[in-house]
Amino acid sequence: MKRYSAFAIAREAFRQHKGWERAWANPEPKKAYDVVIIGAGGHGLATAYYLGKNFGITNVAIIEKGWLGGGNTGRNTTIIRSNYLQDPSAAIYEKARSLYEGLSQDLNYNIMFSPRGVLMLAQTEHEVRGYKRTAQANSLQGVTTEFINAQQVKKICPIMNIDGPRYPVLGGLWQARGGTARHDAVAWGYARACSDMGMHILQKTEVTGVTQEGGNVTGVETSRGHIGCNKLGIVVAGHSSVVADMAGFRLPLESVPLQALVSEPIKPCMDIVVMANTVHGYMSQSDKGEMVIGGGTDSFNGYHQRGSFHHLEETVRALIETFPMIARLKMLRHWGGIVDVTGDRSPILSKTPLGGCFINSGWGTGGFKAIPGSGWGFAELMAKGHSPLTAEFGLDRFREGRFIDESVAAGVAH
Amino acid sequence: MLTLNCPYCGLDKDETELAYGGEAHLKRFGPGSTDEDFESYIFGRENPKGVHFERWRCASGCTKWFHAARCTVTMEVFGTYSAQTFEPPKAIKDAISKKRPGWTWRNFS
Repeated sequence: MKRYSAFAIAREAFRQHKGWERAWANPEPKKAYDVVIIGAGGHGLATAYYLGKNFGITNVAIIEKGWLGGGNTGRNTTIIRSNYLQDPSAAIYEKARSLYEGLSQDLNYNIMFSPRGVLMLAQTEHEVRGYKRTAQANSLQGVTTEFINAQQVKKICPIMNIDGPRYPVLGGLWQARGGTARHDAVAWGYARACSDMGMHILQKTEVTGVTQEGGNVTGVETSRGHIGCNKLGIVVAGHSSVVADMAGFRLPLESVPLQALVSEPIKPCMDIVVMANTVHGYMSQSDKGEMVIGGGTDSFNGYHQRGSFHHLEETVRALIETFPMIARLKMLRHWGGIVDVTGDRSPILSKTPLGGCFINSGWGTGGFKAIPGSGWGFAELMAKGHSPLTAEFGLDRFREGRFIDESVAAGVAH
Repeated sequence: MLTLNCPYCGLDKDETELAYGGEAHLKRFGPGSTDEDFESYIFGRENPKGVHFERWRCASGCTKWFHAARCTVTMEVFGTYSAQTFEPPKAIKDAISKKRPGWTWRNFS
């Protein structure tokens, strides 16, 4: 793999950019691999990358029904933060956030990480108390956050109206080192690095079944024939229940559409990420100038990537009070992604009832921010059978009642 | 906007007038049951991509609970029926078979 650098740009500029190679290969599948990962989204690719980088396991295939990064990795609102209440959550999300800081250098691929700061608005007395508590918890966890008052909020984000009659801004939880990254680049960067290690990324290859023998996984049936493996990682987000069904077990998940929308591009007006959980809305401004707005999930199960219109109406109607200027913006695009939600709003990174088969799912409405940490921990789990990062996120927590309850801290907006 | 017909009051209701109640036809396991059965009852879900049976409440209407058969991909509604039953009535199953031949859901088909 040729390294990307300022020198490479200069060199290619002198020869009409004919020297760029393909970022990743498009190989024919082998008969078998040591490890097969289903799902070439951020989490699947990150898992494969850290399997290779941290454990030297490179005989790996990443199988993808569509194109890489074409699912929720390409549909989210790109927010990165780690201000969670519970210790296991803070540990894995902070691991992810800290990996994001050096990821461009690590992958030699510009993921455009922008630590512009994330502000979670407190708009009710209950939220004020909740976020003060989270800030205390974060300081014990080594995550840098602080609770700031309404005047400080106004100073950080001048376009905000803090005196709204219905949703006044009472303060906020400020994580200065949170931010955003280019979501596609995260998938592309990991894919390029995986391909460079000799891993096979098999796009347009649909898994149709999981084969097993004596309680252990032996491979997967795909649209391009049977592919054998010793270990299988299921990393398919919204379709986790569907693939788990092929492997013969059920999951404590419900899949629902989560919606987002972007406006026409405007001049820079907001240089932070703002989340308003009371009104189920969050907003940031992309490098292109579009206001990126995320909304809430449907209440009922769905695999249709649209979502109900009234949720968008509610989100935008409420955000307009806090951001009066967006009332006159035209919205350009709107889409939905299918997210898999657990009862305690925390992910599942776990062994499964099927031997050699592991699952990474349940990231719900907030998976993008966790990609590097999730891949790091899940790779360790797959390679060694246990990982301190994922220990609390096992499937057995549902039977044993050890929930990691983030429904208060992270119930809606991620 | 999803619209369901409440089988009790007979009115077509928009989703904003209804409350979702999750998967239908769960068999309850309470005190004295095994951990596996209890966990499966509380947390294990079909979450299918396709035909699904679910509970809804006519929240801003007659307030009664009822059941609906729906496709989670196309949002097509195959029919609604009384909650006073352990399995979908034959008319509902036939309506699904017409559109989705060979469908299965838990023990139903």
